[in-house]
Amino acid sequence: MSIAKKSVVWGLFAAGGTISAFVFPAMIALFLLIALGKTPAGLQFESIHAFATNWLGKLSLFVVISLSLWHAAHRLRVVFHDFGVRLDKVVANAVYLVALIGTVMTAFYLYVI
Amino acid sequence: MSRQPYVRPISKTTWYMRNGRYKRYMLREVTCLLVGFYSLLAIFGLAALAAGTPERWDAFLASQQNGLMVAVHAIALVYFLVYMTFDWFKLAPKAMPVQLGEKKLPAQVIVIGHYLAWVVVSLVIFWLAGVI
Repeated sequence: MSIAKKSVVWGLFAAGGTISAFVFPAMIALFLLIALGKTPAGLQFESIHAFATNWLGKLSLFVVISLSLWHAAHRLRVVFHDFGVRLDKVVANAVYLVALIGTVMTAFYLYVI
Repeated sequence: MSRQPYVRPISKTTWYMRNGRYKRYMLREVTCLLVGFYSLLAIFGLAALAAGTPERWDAFLASQQNGLMVAVHAIALVYFLVYMTFDWFKLAPKAMPVQLGEKKLPAQVIVIGHYLAWVVVSLVIFWLAGVI
């Protein structure tokens, strides 16, 4: 891989890792509240829909979800190698493709909302 | 005269079991599965939201409301904090050292800064969600 390509992949990995390290604990805690049947007011349909309609809400959701996906994809590629799977090209294509599809889906749903 | 250097046989699949540091590394790296899982869950949520009716969103919420998902989210939360968030903050001064002229910002300052920022970010998210 060229240095330019490597720096893009690494940049997305680091940015996504930082964002998910900061945001995901609170997000998982919110999912836990939902699972316990204590859905907070801001996650009822009217409020969350209003949040996702606002351009700032759209932007933050897109940044968090897409960068986290690229982070997960890159780390998963390395994890495959660490567990003894020596098919880096196939693995890399597969994980980055899933991240790309997820990014496009996120953009599409946010556009539709 | 040929020399045959001795190559220690190392398993490609279980090499990290030999050493505590390697185990810790693997425990950290597999957090990517959680990042991936919750990113995809968020996309499912967006899909429900994009349908534009409360029914689809309420169905998404209901899909989380069972004993299994309570356990998944509870375990994921603890695992994620220990092996992703706190590890990421611990490594931050090594990955992104801050140079101030001749000196470097002490690692502790960077780590504490991360924790403080994390508390603020979490409070903002809880505030947006109407928890506080």
